[in-house]
Amino acid sequence: MKKSTNIGYSLLSLFSMVMLLILWEAAVRINNVPQWLLPAPSKIFNTIIDIWQMLLFHSTVTLLETAYGYLLSIILALFIAFLLDHVSVLKQAVNPVLVISQTIPLIVLAVLLPLWFGWGMLPKIMIVTLVCFFPITINLLKGLDSADPDQLSLFRSMGASRWETFKIVKFPASMPAFFSGLKISATYSIMAAVISEWVGAQRGLGYFMTIQQKNFAIDRVLAAVVVICILSLLLVKIVDIIEYWLVPWNRRQIVASSK
Amino acid sequence: MAKIIVDRTSKTLDGLHTLADISLTVGENEIVVVLGPSGCGKSTLLNIISGLLIPDSGTVKIDGEDWTGKTARVSYMQQKDLLLDARNILGNVAIPLLLKGMAKKEAHDYARTYLPDFGLEGFAHYYPRQLSGGMRQRAALLRTYLFASDIMLLDEPFAALDAITRRKMHLWLLELHRRYQSSILFVTHDIEEALLLADRIYILTKRPAMVRCELLIDKKAGVTAGMKMDILAILEEESNDDHL
Repeated sequence: MKKSTNIGYSLLSLFSMVMLLILWEAAVRINNVPQWLLPAPSKIFNTIIDIWQMLLFHSTVTLLETAYGYLLSIILALFIAFLLDHVSVLKQAVNPVLVISQTIPLIVLAVLLPLWFGWGMLPKIMIVTLVCFFPITINLLKGLDSADPDQLSLFRSMGASRWETFKIVKFPASMPAFFSGLKISATYSIMAAVISEWVGAQRGLGYFMTIQQKNFAIDRVLAAVVVICILSLLLVKIVDIIEYWLVPWNRRQIVASSK
Repeated sequence: MAKIIVDRTSKTLDGLHTLADISLTVGENEIVVVLGPSGCGKSTLLNIISGLLIPDSGTVKIDGEDWTGKTARVSYMQQKDLLLDARNILGNVAIPLLLKGMAKKEAHDYARTYLPDFGLEGFAHYYPRQLSGGMRQRAALLRTYLFASDIMLLDEPFAALDAITRRKMHLWLLELHRRYQSSILFVTHDIEEALLLADRIYILTKRPAMVRCELLIDKKAGVTAGMKMDILAILEEESNDDHL
């Protein structure tokens, strides 16, 4: 029952996407829109096939920056959340800084960071980290706070230390929220890497797009966009799979009958 | 000698005078039930005995030693099972052993031997969410037992269960108590439950709670209907108007 509705939904979303592409294709053909202004989906598809080696090369660079930045942001988030959870005074002090860090326009950082940290990979990784660590940290903190107060007092009544309570109760309780933070960040991560390549890069999808855009090769720009969408979705899926394995208690389950 | 002696404790919580000079004792291997109207401070009393709360005045003595405001001596089970979603049943019930410094393997092996008696045989590797309410409460009770088997504080442990399951759990608890001798302080507002389980009953007054009277139950003689009516009359008299 549940399964059939799921399949129904995915068919429906597939249908709406196909419809959108057909509309686009038709609009471009009927109105004779010039290639350099808006290429048709079929043209973009052909371009992807023509230049797949180029796309693969630049994607690899972008993916590498994303991976480093993403992993770094997880480590940073774990560190900050652990610290803030243990020293509650810090929460008041650090929270505004965390929020402000998210209000800085990314594109400005993409220009400034290379000036300060050179033209290599480092500034790109920093931008990805800056974008990704915030949703992870906020969700992790929320997750740590979500532990049942009665559970905490139960552990206190058993004489558990703060560290034991953190390890056994709070941290596992935070996992579902932690993973929703990871998923939000995963969707942003590749886009952040692309923006970081907009200025001062010699390779990567962002660099590729700026060059092609200057040449009015809009089909190539959009081909890169398609690649970015696919990579972002893949990343979210990977996080989903990791969650399935690491948080087995949160899967939907059948209830065992009572004896 | 009495296992627990609560001596003239009183407590004001958030400006509410909750407990007023409560004194009670729990003897060795005795099931003592504290019966009182809802919201009269029964849970506060258990929080004080378990050491989670420090009374404004009065003392809690366990085995003759002063344990006022000190935790980790008695085991304490609340109405919610408070099992951890992240651990399977075996992992959950073994937690008290881990906290006492036992190695994981050893703790799991030891806890496993108790599963059959607690009706959990074959469910060691199920997660709490996969089990029924009754099974979860039994797991919580096993966790409670493994922390401190000699004294257990039970705060309405079966209140969330349906009538039939609750009835089964009562009979099972009595059977368990016969086999694993321990002193139990059981808090409830259910008269039937109190009469079925108790060796002795304390009836509390409404807030601020004091001991209104103490009843000795002769389990062999059984309980007369008149007795039940008397207790009901007392509880009705003591119930707070704001709970009607």
